[in-house]
Amino acid sequence: MSKKVKVALYWCASCGGCEEAIVDLAEELLRLSEVIDIVFWPVATDFKKSDVEAMPDGSIDISIINGGIRLTEHEEMVKLLRRKSKLVVAFGSCSHLGGVPGLANLFSTDEVLKYVYFESPTVVNSEGVIPREEVVVDDGRKLELPKLLRYVRSLDQVVDVDYYIPGCAPTPDVIKKSLETLLSGVLPPKGSVLGASSRSLCDECELNKTKPEKILLKDIKRVHQVRLDLSKCYLSQGVICLGPVTRGGCGTLCIKGGMPCTGCFGPLDKVVDYGARALSYIASIVDYDDEAQAEKFVEEYIVDPVGWFYRYSLPRSLVRGRYEGLRGGAHG
Amino acid sequence: MGDQFEPRIVVFACNWCSYAGIDLAGTSRIRYPHNVRIVKVMCSGRVHPEMVLKALREGADGVLITGCHPGDCHYISGNYKTMRRYLLLKKLLKELGLSDRVWLEWVSASEGDRWAKIASAFVEHIRKLGPLRLKEVMEGE
Repeated sequence: MSKKVKVALYWCASCGGCEEAIVDLAEELLRLSEVIDIVFWPVATDFKKSDVEAMPDGSIDISIINGGIRLTEHEEMVKLLRRKSKLVVAFGSCSHLGGVPGLANLFSTDEVLKYVYFESPTVVNSEGVIPREEVVVDDGRKLELPKLLRYVRSLDQVVDVDYYIPGCAPTPDVIKKSLETLLSGVLPPKGSVLGASSRSLCDECELNKTKPEKILLKDIKRVHQVRLDLSKCYLSQGVICLGPVTRGGCGTLCIKGGMPCTGCFGPLDKVVDYGARALSYIASIVDYDDEAQAEKFVEEYIVDPVGWFYRYSLPRSLVRGRYEGLRGGAHG
Repeated sequence: MGDQFEPRIVVFACNWCSYAGIDLAGTSRIRYPHNVRIVKVMCSGRVHPEMVLKALREGADGVLITGCHPGDCHYISGNYKTMRRYLLLKKLLKELGLSDRVWLEWVSASEGDRWAKIASAFVEHIRKLGPLRLKEVMEGE
């Protein structure tokens, strides 16, 4: 029997970027392979679901799961992996908070299917093909597809999760640190976010020293409307950067690349609803005391508050999605 | 009494104006609906959007935030912060399909009658919208 740590990796509703992030560990993977044994990783190895089913319960040391829970298949697989694993780790924003696919919670499944298979401008679907749960093919065999669930959930809304690795996608540095922690044998309290900082992004941002004492905005500029001075705090230039309410640890990669923070590392410890925090913070820097002017500001500049404040965390928010959409009532 | 829907309303009332105004309604024997659950806060500027969303999630059918009239804030500018937050929150709630479940109203310490009118209007408004049951709707199968 090898003494290597048994690790399973799985993906749910995700873009594949999290798998890519693991591959981005590059040479580190070789070093890791000396201490870990990958027992399941559909994207890279040929183990099947039945192989996992055949393992004794609790025999996998760590299951690292990325992606939100969108299909019955996801639900089934994560429940299976939970049963077989000592530790379950949510990897990346989708698994941690619901992620970008979680924005689908603004629509009912009917609306999602209608748009994706018929209305999207790049779709040609003259035969009106739409995924069905069951189809009988020519030779009489019955084929099945997983069912689309009513809404997207984060991993911890479906199974018990021990740790979180944040990011869209987690950076190689964050992954490395997280794995070191997990393999060290000295585990942090359950529910901890691994590999990242416990302070906000501004705390590690180079541009923080150029941030004025008080920031007040009369308008908001979007990145394509302004040539950013890369040596000055983006907020002070009127561009919304969510650094103040976002967990640090990413090494300010986006900011170094000329993009403000959009919040993929999620909330700081003890924050229940990331979007509400972000919203409250933006409200605090609006420079209007007059209600009509403030209303005009909101009307003009805060066009899509959900997309802005809940880009990565709608399923994990207090409301979780669009009430009317999910209730199946009238859509406005 | 029967099956009529009785809205559950959470009210956040600032210590200095609105709570005193609500109190005045009580001591003046002005009637207002019993649907309101009043939470006293030191300032309406202390009412974080998270608190409003949590109230809705935990079973409130509507949330009413009350504070001092503009210019009257005990802490000078708290209610301006409330106003800006509320405007953003209102837009967010609209996108989430929950518009008009949250109101912001100014009630001074001398406006017991105004409070009673606002409370009645809000309760009737929510009664028309019907029960919210946010948690059940968002987490049901």
